[in-house]
Amino acid sequence: MSHTFTLDGKTIPFVDGQTIIQAASAAGVFIPHLCYHPEFKAHGSCKLCTVKVNGRHTASCTMRAAAGMVVESETEEINDERRALTQMLFVEGNHFCPSCEKSGNCQLQATAYHLGMMSPHYDHFFPNRAVDASHPEVLLDFNRCILCSLCVRASRDVDGKNVFGLSGRGIKTHLIVNAKSGQLADTDFSLADKAAQVCPVGVILQKRQGFAVPIGARKFDKAPISETTEER
Amino acid sequence: MGLNELHAEVVAGVVDRVVNRYRRDPSCMLQILREVQEACDWIPPAAIDRMQELLGVPRTKIEGVAGFYSFIYTEPRGQYRVLFSDNITDRMQGNRAMMERLCNNLWVERGKVSEDGLVSVGKTACTGMSDQGPGMLVNNYAIAGLSEARIDEIAELIRNKVPLAEWPPAYFRIEDNIRRADILLNADFKPGAALLAARARTPSDGLNASNTRSWREGLPSGIGGPAATLDEIKRANLRGRGGAGFTTGLKWEACRNAPLKAGHQRIIVCNADEGEPGTFKDRVLLAKCPDLVFEGMTVAAYAVGATRGFVYLRGEYRYLLDHLNAVLAHRRRENLLGKDICGLPGADFDIEIHVGAGAYVCGEESALIESLEGKRGTPRNRPPFPVTNGYLDQPTVVNNVETFAAAALIALNGGEWYAAIGTKHSAGTKLLSVSGDCARPGIYEYPFGVSIRQVLADCGASDTQAVQVSGPSGICVAAPEFDRIIGFEDIPTAGAFTIFDQSRDMFEVARNYVHFFQHESCGFCTPCRVGTSLLKNLMDKLHYGSGSPYDFAEIEKLNQLLQSMSHCGLGHTACNPVLDTIAKFRPAYEKRMMQQDFTPAFDLDRALSSARQMTGRDDAAAHLTTEHGSKP
Repeated sequence: MSHTFTLDGKTIPFVDGQTIIQAASAAGVFIPHLCYHPEFKAHGSCKLCTVKVNGRHTASCTMRAAAGMVVESETEEINDERRALTQMLFVEGNHFCPSCEKSGNCQLQATAYHLGMMSPHYDHFFPNRAVDASHPEVLLDFNRCILCSLCVRASRDVDGKNVFGLSGRGIKTHLIVNAKSGQLADTDFSLADKAAQVCPVGVILQKRQGFAVPIGARKFDKAPISETTEER
Repeated sequence: MGLNELHAEVVAGVVDRVVNRYRRDPSCMLQILREVQEACDWIPPAAIDRMQELLGVPRTKIEGVAGFYSFIYTEPRGQYRVLFSDNITDRMQGNRAMMERLCNNLWVERGKVSEDGLVSVGKTACTGMSDQGPGMLVNNYAIAGLSEARIDEIAELIRNKVPLAEWPPAYFRIEDNIRRADILLNADFKPGAALLAARARTPSDGLNASNTRSWREGLPSGIGGPAATLDEIKRANLRGRGGAGFTTGLKWEACRNAPLKAGHQRIIVCNADEGEPGTFKDRVLLAKCPDLVFEGMTVAAYAVGATRGFVYLRGEYRYLLDHLNAVLAHRRRENLLGKDICGLPGADFDIEIHVGAGAYVCGEESALIESLEGKRGTPRNRPPFPVTNGYLDQPTVVNNVETFAAAALIALNGGEWYAAIGTKHSAGTKLLSVSGDCARPGIYEYPFGVSIRQVLADCGASDTQAVQVSGPSGICVAAPEFDRIIGFEDIPTAGAFTIFDQSRDMFEVARNYVHFFQHESCGFCTPCRVGTSLLKNLMDKLHYGSGSPYDFAEIEKLNQLLQSMSHCGLGHTACNPVLDTIAKFRPAYEKRMMQQDFTPAFDLDRALSSARQMTGRDDAAAHLTTEHGSKP
């Protein structure tokens, strides 16, 4: 059965069971997001997709749409908050766009542009994170991890492998791989895995492919993320 | 070779024993990890190898769970693991000096393991001993009332490698300190009495909200006791005692009415993860009246049709476990738990105790359920709510220890009796955990409606500057507000009542609480994970004298962001202590804004402190003098 709600005044149709972001996306309306991916169960952790539903903040990736909801998304207040969250993600890890292979294809970078982020604003944490280059085909650069858990979900739910997981707590939360050695080479990970394709930032990178597409000709160089309906 | 190094076969033997006792059930992961650690002192990689084999779960899952909980160690932490409670009350009672003393005595650096692998000394969040602090945990066993002499004795015992079981029992003596008792603490309660009363009840016409349809799961059809008991709970106007104050009757009814899938059962969970700094009333209830609590759970089971129960006991109260298990065993013998309870065919219910492992966030009910399922304690996305989709997706009631104790008395004495106690909107009594600057800290049970002023007078507090009610996530009450009352209509509380006299610096109180939230954030959502760290850094910046009005404005902005964007109550309330103290004790902050204009948080002299420590120097030449008055 079909119903509607309003998103920034626009009428959005939805079917039962759809979340706000799913319905918005189907109607061609962009809501910024990082941990959400249409092919996976919503996680609700990055909070970038937060909207106001009937005046209350809620993550649009986990909130089911309901008839008559009044949803606000593109307001100055909410975008200020989204920008602050993006800045938090930038200072939490070590993100150096100019030297990053993912630049131009990076959802975090593209979201920062979309939100008009002009500086990291907060003091950098400069965490000490290792790089795992053990795997013959893939490099893991944990410096850029934003803990979206898309690789965790992809490996578990699609590849059936559980190569990735989260450990630690709070600001010490970090990505781990399924090996006693802690090294990707000692897991059954393969470049053909779905988990190899889903990283929104530059953690999971194919080796020997650096800058195959020049900067300036990459996905988000061509069109801003808000006009890029396909995920990555 | 360190003492913590064990042969792989020995480790595998330990793991086999523990895992088999938990029926090779991965949902008991946290309990398995905890018990393996009790035997091995930590979780060696060989233990994870074996668990992976026996439980058939990926290593990432085991390491993910182990890494979440503060009291589970995947690196050796010594044969003696000493953790000093670091609540603000412990600070006021001098815990820092005692920790220094122990470290010096044992020649060990704070937070590190001694070179011989014997001991580590660190700090932990409030251990629930604020009325008899400073407190500590040694291998997760609580010691309270520390003194310099006791510290020296403990150092001696550790140096001589005396097993913990042979330490003087007096060390582990925890006082109840009940200063004022009312219906709960005075109850002359005979185990089983509430169950018999509940069973004897028949539905009245007064309340039709509860359905009286026949008992679907097991009980003889047409039995009226469960619905009638639910009516009594509603009539009593009982509200949850964990702080949020949700109406207990509605929660129970929602669980009772939740559809049950094939093979599922209804679950009753007692939240004894009393982690709010300054709270200790559940410890006393469980120590003094465990039967009342267990009976309340059984009453709930009877009313909603649940057949399985859990107590989630915070890791800091590990010392209560054996006693509580003995009480449960006794209740089974008395036919107050198990099959056909009180001889009623089909009335089946039993309770098992799960012990937490140092994660405050697990006091949030959905995080608690995740933890009960053997996972990382991350709060769930809601809806759905636990009453319909709780433990292993089954309808689940989660209530606080005190709520169950009250429910037992309501089943026994009726809802009207209970509703007549307290105020119109807050029926019954409330246990307050009183600590801080007063002559008689301890447990005070009052009917709702008591004023802050009255409590202060009763516990012998003088020259009081402020009271933090309900802990860091509660509210800070200043002197002009002391006529306000404890109750859902004014100041709701989970029970903490921490008193600060005029000599205390309320900025430092708030800073301690901010550090607490930063440590306890689960890390799931961006605003809380990063925001609590940013907030901590800003409060530290003010503390070190580099603060300016700019930083003050930043603190206020962060607080708003945490409140609006966080995933759960921890993030929403993490800013409460700061917002409250800013509103009520602004001079304490203004004193800290020593800079007119923005000044970087980085301080070269402070950054050199680790170099000074390494070289053992602290003379004037080892310090830089800075422009903005950071004190060496």
